[in-house]
Amino acid sequence: MKRDILKHEMVPDHVILSKSKVNKLLKDKNIHAEQLPKIKIDDPVVKEIGAKSGDVLEITRKSATAGKFVTYRLVVE
Amino acid sequence: MPINLWHENRVLGDFVQELEKKVVKIIKKKKANFPESFIQDITEAAKRHELTDKELTELVGQIKKAYERAKVEDGEAVGTVAAQSVGEPGTQMTMRTFHYAGVAELNVTLGLPRLIEIVDARKKISTPTMAIFFEEEFRSDEEFVRKMANKIGKSTMKDIIKDFNINYAEMNVIVELNLEKIEDKRLDYDDIIARIEKAFKRVHIDNNILSFEPTTSNIRELRLLADKIRDLQISGVKNIGKVVIRKEEEEWVIHTEGSNLGTVLKMEGIDKVRTTTNDIHEIEKVLGIEAARNAIIHEAQRTMEEQGLTVDVRHIMLVADMMTADGKVKSIGRHGISGEKASVLARASFEETGKHLLRASIRGEIDHLTGIIENIIIGQPIPLGTGSVGVVMKQKK
Repeated sequence: MKRDILKHEMVPDHVILSKSKVNKLLKDKNIHAEQLPKIKIDDPVVKEIGAKSGDVLEITRKSATAGKFVTYRLVVE
Repeated sequence: MPINLWHENRVLGDFVQELEKKVVKIIKKKKANFPESFIQDITEAAKRHELTDKELTELVGQIKKAYERAKVEDGEAVGTVAAQSVGEPGTQMTMRTFHYAGVAELNVTLGLPRLIEIVDARKKISTPTMAIFFEEEFRSDEEFVRKMANKIGKSTMKDIIKDFNINYAEMNVIVELNLEKIEDKRLDYDDIIARIEKAFKRVHIDNNILSFEPTTSNIRELRLLADKIRDLQISGVKNIGKVVIRKEEEEWVIHTEGSNLGTVLKMEGIDKVRTTTNDIHEIEKVLGIEAARNAIIHEAQRTMEEQGLTVDVRHIMLVADMMTADGKVKSIGRHGISGEKASVLARASFEETGKHLLRASIRGEIDHLTGIIENIIIGQPIPLGTGSVGVVMKQKK
């Protein structure tokens, strides 16, 4: 039986960002992709959503202080 | 629910949605960048006090001002503040009990030892434990939960034998199984026999009477065999020991000693949304780095709260963010964040001074003196707060 880890309450939503959105994000924040927090390619969530090395994931966390908080992680080897 | 009340509720819901849209619009107009929780709070307040549009606009303006003022300034030493804010209540923790008899019969490490375990990102924590929940249809099904508890919890031969005899004359061990106990524990007879046959080659099975023979006929071997039989595990998930079944608010929950999230989540009937463990590395392995971040925050805060101490989550969130920024859980301290600093002087001032200075001199490392510690060491103004900006004069052309 496949286990649906994406449904677990501790796992926030991970979405793969399109190239254009990544460029806009990096330009808005004035940073390089390498400056983002990382996520490993063998991370169970990365495997589940099928992201590739170099992709940027948009992570929508439930936050105790802000209600909802959007952050980004770069997929690395 | 009567139709008219239902209708009223729906109208109220529409009204709140409408109001929220209005709040969002005003916030946009004021060019404020509020988090989601603010929008909800403002909508709630507007509904409760029946604010007019003008009042609402004024409110948003005032909140914007207060919000901007409350924000952390550029160059603020948030890490130092976080360390102090977690560290000070930590001093009060040591004076209280180290181990605490937690959930029912299970002993769980709490207090300062647990907090140290979390920030050190220990691979082997001293008391791993799981809270296993069930899918909706099984939540009040005691029979099913007991069956699962016996499947998950560790049982050995000891638990199901009625009679145990070592026969020195005939050089064998005679075991009589207690069928009632097997029934009581909801174990499967055939499954147990299969496990026994797999573990012992020379065994004769006659219904519930088993006779084992040692490989070589001497008394030492016979005794070793007897011990081996008693300790043979006949059910249970790897790494999980004792289990405790409890009823918590109308639903059955299993607490375990030991933890194996990966295997338990694959089992049928288990709630795959709420079932959790206190082992952060296991969460990282099974649910990923973001879940590990949540686990660090949750565990650290729970540990503090259990001792009656409150620390603002933002400090703990910062710690958790730092620990997970590289994509794997990393400790604070010598082998983690402090040990990976770019500056030699900063590392040397923390721990293992000689080692860092020696290695840096061998490799010819360069210290660019960009950090706080380096500049304190050499007696320069530090790049912090107002020190993090410089003044440059604009030259006239």
